[in-house]
Amino acid sequence: MSHTDRDQRIGKVMLDLQNISLSFGGVKALTDISFNVREHEIRAIIGPNGAGKSSMLNVINGVYTPQQGGIEFEGTRYARMSPRRAAEMGVARTFQNLALFKGMSVLDNIMTGRNLRMKCGLLAQAFRWGPAEREEIRHREFVENIIDFLEIQAYRKTPVGRLPYGLQKRVDLGRALAMEPRLLLLDEPMAGMNIEEKQDMSRFILDVNDEFGTTIVLIEHDMGVVMDISDRVVVLDYGKKIGDGKPDEVRADEAVIQAYLGVSH
Amino acid sequence: MVHAQPAVDGKTSVAPSTFPGLLLQHADARGSRPAIREKDLGIWQTLTWSDVAREVRLTAHGLAALGIKPGMHVAVIGENRPRLYVAMMAAQALGAIPVPLYQDAVAQEMVYVLQDASITVAIVEDQEQVDKMLEVRDQCPDLAHVVYDDPRGLRHYTDPMLRSYEALAETGREYAAQHPEFFEASVAAVQPDDAAAMFYTSGTTGKPKGVVLTHHALIDRARAIAELEKLTDKEDVLAYLPPAWIGQNMFSYTQLLVSGFTVNHPESPETVSIDMRDIGPTYYFAPPRVLEGLLTHVMIRMEDAGRIKRWLFHACMKLARRVGVRILDGESVSPWDRLRYAAGNVLIYGPLRNALGMSRVRVAYTAGEAIGPDLFVFYRSIGINLKQLYGSTETSVFVCVQPDGQVRDDTVGPPVSGVEIRVADNGEILVKSPGLFKEYYRNAKATEEARDAEGWFHTGDAGYLDTDGQLKIIDRAKDVGKLADGSLFAPKYLENKLKFFPHIKEAVAFGADRDHVCAFVNIDLEAVGNWAERRGLPYAGYTDLASKDEVYQLLGECIEQINADLANDPKLAASQISRFLILHKELDPDDDELTRTRKVRRAFIAQKYGVLVDALFAGRDTQYIETEVKFEDGRSGKIAANVKIHPVKTFPAITARAA
Repeated sequence: MSHTDRDQRIGKVMLDLQNISLSFGGVKALTDISFNVREHEIRAIIGPNGAGKSSMLNVINGVYTPQQGGIEFEGTRYARMSPRRAAEMGVARTFQNLALFKGMSVLDNIMTGRNLRMKCGLLAQAFRWGPAEREEIRHREFVENIIDFLEIQAYRKTPVGRLPYGLQKRVDLGRALAMEPRLLLLDEPMAGMNIEEKQDMSRFILDVNDEFGTTIVLIEHDMGVVMDISDRVVVLDYGKKIGDGKPDEVRADEAVIQAYLGVSH
Repeated sequence: MVHAQPAVDGKTSVAPSTFPGLLLQHADARGSRPAIREKDLGIWQTLTWSDVAREVRLTAHGLAALGIKPGMHVAVIGENRPRLYVAMMAAQALGAIPVPLYQDAVAQEMVYVLQDASITVAIVEDQEQVDKMLEVRDQCPDLAHVVYDDPRGLRHYTDPMLRSYEALAETGREYAAQHPEFFEASVAAVQPDDAAAMFYTSGTTGKPKGVVLTHHALIDRARAIAELEKLTDKEDVLAYLPPAWIGQNMFSYTQLLVSGFTVNHPESPETVSIDMRDIGPTYYFAPPRVLEGLLTHVMIRMEDAGRIKRWLFHACMKLARRVGVRILDGESVSPWDRLRYAAGNVLIYGPLRNALGMSRVRVAYTAGEAIGPDLFVFYRSIGINLKQLYGSTETSVFVCVQPDGQVRDDTVGPPVSGVEIRVADNGEILVKSPGLFKEYYRNAKATEEARDAEGWFHTGDAGYLDTDGQLKIIDRAKDVGKLADGSLFAPKYLENKLKFFPHIKEAVAFGADRDHVCAFVNIDLEAVGNWAERRGLPYAGYTDLASKDEVYQLLGECIEQINADLANDPKLAASQISRFLILHKELDPDDDELTRTRKVRRAFIAQKYGVLVDALFAGRDTQYIETEVKFEDGRSGKIAANVKIHPVKTFPAITARAA
């Protein structure tokens, strides 16, 4: 796919973060950060350890409430976001340290991602009454499509705890996809992976963006991978934004180079 | 020994003698029975014979619209997929010739075949194959159309050469509307002696050769086996090996159309073992390496089991080794042993067969290369009717098959009905059979060399007919050599002996015209990795594990056993392996070290790793080497290592060496 082709697909601003500041007691995690995310783009947040990347992600999906600033999602401004509301608006995420149900199968783990979309009551689901059964079949089909997409058919019935790390990461992504998100937040999707697993994951991220048109915000501290797959990059350092732009621009930015090369402040 | 039988009996004269004829007959006789199943989204989807016939008709019209005419070649590239099977049938219905290619071959390997067969239309599975076609299009000017089955990832491909399978079907529908009589006329025009398929032989040396097989040859051999094994249309087969390999093609395509049974296509290559348990095939085929992989897997799992279960397993397997095979062969066994075997069947053998997905297997074949006696006996002892056969692409597979009750681990069976076998003076096996190939495509010289004026096909294998009429294969005729002192050196025999150890995955023996024998080995990462974990031996990957002294010691012990074994054989005592090394990388078809069917290319390896061979024979302890490797995406890199070389204890020959 050519670059002009991609640029055409990227639409209007979907998520706008305005002057966000977040502190825990006296510790300033984020200071006056503003950036936006456009529809269908892959937006990366990078920065050294402790730069505030995960905090930023937690602000977007409502786990943390910033002391200052606001979030505009699809034209509506929110002073605070709650995780539930974020989920209902189509924001899904994966976790840096994986938060899967280790004893449950791959299939069941991904099915939990459909939870919000299940309309039947607990009893109806337990006894699989008519509508509940039809609903389950519908959701199961959706989940099977994800399993096919992520090429994990061979592990459908395997308990997640028995899978290697790289595959668990894929299951985590699968569960987030099951929510049919409009905005997908990925917290270090390639942390701890070997090169081959990183390449696979990069391909899946690009495919998700391409096939489903999902907007993706991802955090990563490995510069190399990020530069290859993202459309625009935000660089954080010590809770401040020090760069924002296309990968090539960011790479050439003096402040970014300093932050990454560890020149004294 | 001659086993000539009349090729045509009363039944075959009525039955159709071309592939499209067979298809239409099945659609007529058993239209609602399942023909092809595929697991999709976790559910087995069935195509009945009438579905298949309808699809073939549509696809054939589509291909005709793309300009395919009788005698032209159509490339088919991918895993076993219903639509690719349909495409092969459609090409045959037009009198065109399907040419299946190995789906894991890199693009540049495909160029030769695409050029040689003047391919204009390629039917491919997915994006991976489409990318390869786009890569080589400039080298293959004839290639005009590429049809893909799975559209995933292809949304933004706008090349006019590409079209989806649905688009092809749509074209077919239009073409059918304009030419209503076309399909029937095409099918009627196909003759039994026309070429039905072309397979490129992997060839351990030189350029691949296109082996042209006729409708008659393939169908005749499939019928002979259907009769021998009493195959019915109720059989279930799992197709999981590359369709470009004649073995898989015969079992899941030709026999499918001849016997009218059901072929099942796995969801993905990784899910084969799961799908196998789902389906429970009744007719099964596996090359030794697959059976070996399954056994290694079982053994590793058993090692992890509790002590009582382990004891029970070993006790039952001991009994099975003693009486299991005899019970399977219908020989007399004491009632007490029979009772104990029945108990073992309930406790271990039955569940084990079930775990392997072989509960329903009635006939299982292994072929492709020699199978280790332990491995062979293991499967037979737990009640799986595993048998050996012998054949090649040029003979439409079936030359020899072991009939029930005459199964041995060191032979490949007597000739199948219709086949004549003769052993030439130099020990080479010659074959005459109705299943012989028509020619090597556009290579009259090679055809003449392989098939003499009297119609004997020179197999290139050395062997002899045993006293009971069963064929015994020793080695490739051209590989059998002599050591410097004149004693016999059969490298493949040694390599097979080495590979029978679960810790050894590949082996290459050197010794022709030398004073002694040395060997390269590849460890089996799964088996040795598990062994290392058990001992708390840390390792970072193949190269690291392969260089551990402990691993060298482990393999040294294995090779010592072989040497002790060889010392007992006066002919081969001189072939004891005196030094060996563990290669720093796994031999790989992508690096041209193995053929796509995973046979070692000895000459190529000897040349590529020349420094290592020299070091082995020069008696050095280590040798530095840098090797170029190709990755799956076509890029290349370098692996460097200091490879250690260890000596092995050899034994004096037990009998005096023949002068």
